[in-house]
Amino acid sequence: MEARGVWRLALPLGIAQLLFFAAPLLLLAGTSFSTDENLTQTSLRAWREVVGDTFHIQSAINTLRLGALAVCATALLAVPLALLHLAAGPVLRRIILIAAVLPLLTSVVVRTFSWIVILGREGVINTTLMGLGLTSAPIALLQTEHGLVLALTQIEMPLMLLPLIAAMARIDPALLDASASLGGSLFRTLRRVVLPLALPGLLAGATLVFASATTAFISQGVIGGGRLNYLPALVWQNAMVVFDWPLAAAMALTLMASVLMVAGLLSLLGRGARHA
Amino acid sequence: MHRFSGGDKALALLIMALAALALLVLVGPVLVVLITSFTTSQALRFPPPGLTLRWYQELFDPVRSAQIHRAAGNSLLVATLTAIAATALATGAALAIARSRAGWARFAEGAFMAPLVLPGIAFGLAALMFFSWLHLPPSLWLLVAGHAMIAGPFALRTIGASAAGLDPALLESSAALGASPWRTFRRVVLPLIMPGVAAGAFLAFVSSLDNVPVSLFLSSAQTDMLPIRLWGMMETALDVRVAAASGVLVAVAFTLLLVMDRAVGLVRRMSA
Repeated sequence: MEARGVWRLALPLGIAQLLFFAAPLLLLAGTSFSTDENLTQTSLRAWREVVGDTFHIQSAINTLRLGALAVCATALLAVPLALLHLAAGPVLRRIILIAAVLPLLTSVVVRTFSWIVILGREGVINTTLMGLGLTSAPIALLQTEHGLVLALTQIEMPLMLLPLIAAMARIDPALLDASASLGGSLFRTLRRVVLPLALPGLLAGATLVFASATTAFISQGVIGGGRLNYLPALVWQNAMVVFDWPLAAAMALTLMASVLMVAGLLSLLGRGARHA
Repeated sequence: MHRFSGGDKALALLIMALAALALLVLVGPVLVVLITSFTTSQALRFPPPGLTLRWYQELFDPVRSAQIHRAAGNSLLVATLTAIAATALATGAALAIARSRAGWARFAEGAFMAPLVLPGIAFGLAALMFFSWLHLPPSLWLLVAGHAMIAGPFALRTIGASAAGLDPALLESSAALGASPWRTFRRVVLPLIMPGVAAGAFLAFVSSLDNVPVSLFLSSAQTDMLPIRLWGMMETALDVRVAAASGVLVAVAFTLLLVMDRAVGLVRRMSA
């Protein structure tokens, strides 16, 4: 294995990706600028329908908002848990890691289903609230945005937690001791030492959570229900029920462009923070 | 961080409280679904009014749950083939990237990881359009091709981390002693990166088994996949067999997690 011809080893994956990943996406883009799925004639009809319809615009805004809320909610809980992992002994560390990995290995359908049981009219939250006498009638949590964000907090949290833990593991413990012995308060140590060093993990986690939450078709549909409209459901309906493939393609590309834009912004933010 | 002032104590308490809440949010739903799978109720009441194995019996009934069994069989077959394909492709790519400092390697690494961030639903639709444009009828092979694209990055990440730790001097001495590249790979490289390869294959397998966005567009009545079937059971009538199926999936995931962690340090690899 001389290092000279070593690039040939990457060729099979490269070819497979061109054929089964890049080519389909190119065709998707082509279809969105066409009158029908056979690419008979170019047309801007699908894109006009995406941009010119307030329902479609609102759905796109809902989707981006959901992604942003999921990022904030997962960060709010994952940062403290990653800090606890940093300070914990070996046993607690292991418990935290297994708690982070287990949901990731159980199907997203299972995770979504468990939230139906938790958020339902006779679910965990409503029985607890009514048992404590905090409310007399069950409150609606299914088919609401906050119910969906709550569920996504668990469903997506491992994607935020694992990069954070990985980034914090690279922090030299001597730095923390130095900061403390120089009289730095816990707040100052966190703000000036830990969080800047954990920032790459936070940004990587935010990108993964945003990408995953905005495309989470089953969670959005089953927990969000029919009242909230998100792009993935519209992509699916137009592709598989209405059979308007150009419109479905244009919506899928809108979703893709939004995710790429946010990922690009987050990576710029990371670069800016490193030079600051 | 040992001498806490008053403000520090409050901050430390707040962090601990949020961390405890995070653990509860992560693990609670898994326990809830396990307990619910034993409910005697037809509705999804929690806590359950009584405990029974009835839903597991119905789930394993070969006649009444034939469709679920077929979907589970398809999913396992596709996940196995996907894991093999993704691991083979990713191992080659990981070795090439680890042994090259050239610009193309950095670019290729970025391109190979792209499916991780691009919305799965967009790729699923694109794959459907592509295969229908090629006039290919729905089949499990097409599902494997689609799943392998999504599973590739998972395999590449853990195998890449192992390959980066390879000492080039070992490969050079193996070659200097007259071993062919293939023999060097079999006898020197593969044993050294095996834990990463095994972890990567496992993650690729799980990613295919759980895949929704690609299966949503590429599966059909004959090539039904388990997550799609379970989603259908959740959407139409609330079928408590979903809870039993979830119980089985959680138990399998937990067992595999412990086995893979013992064998190849899976948890450490996923958090590094």
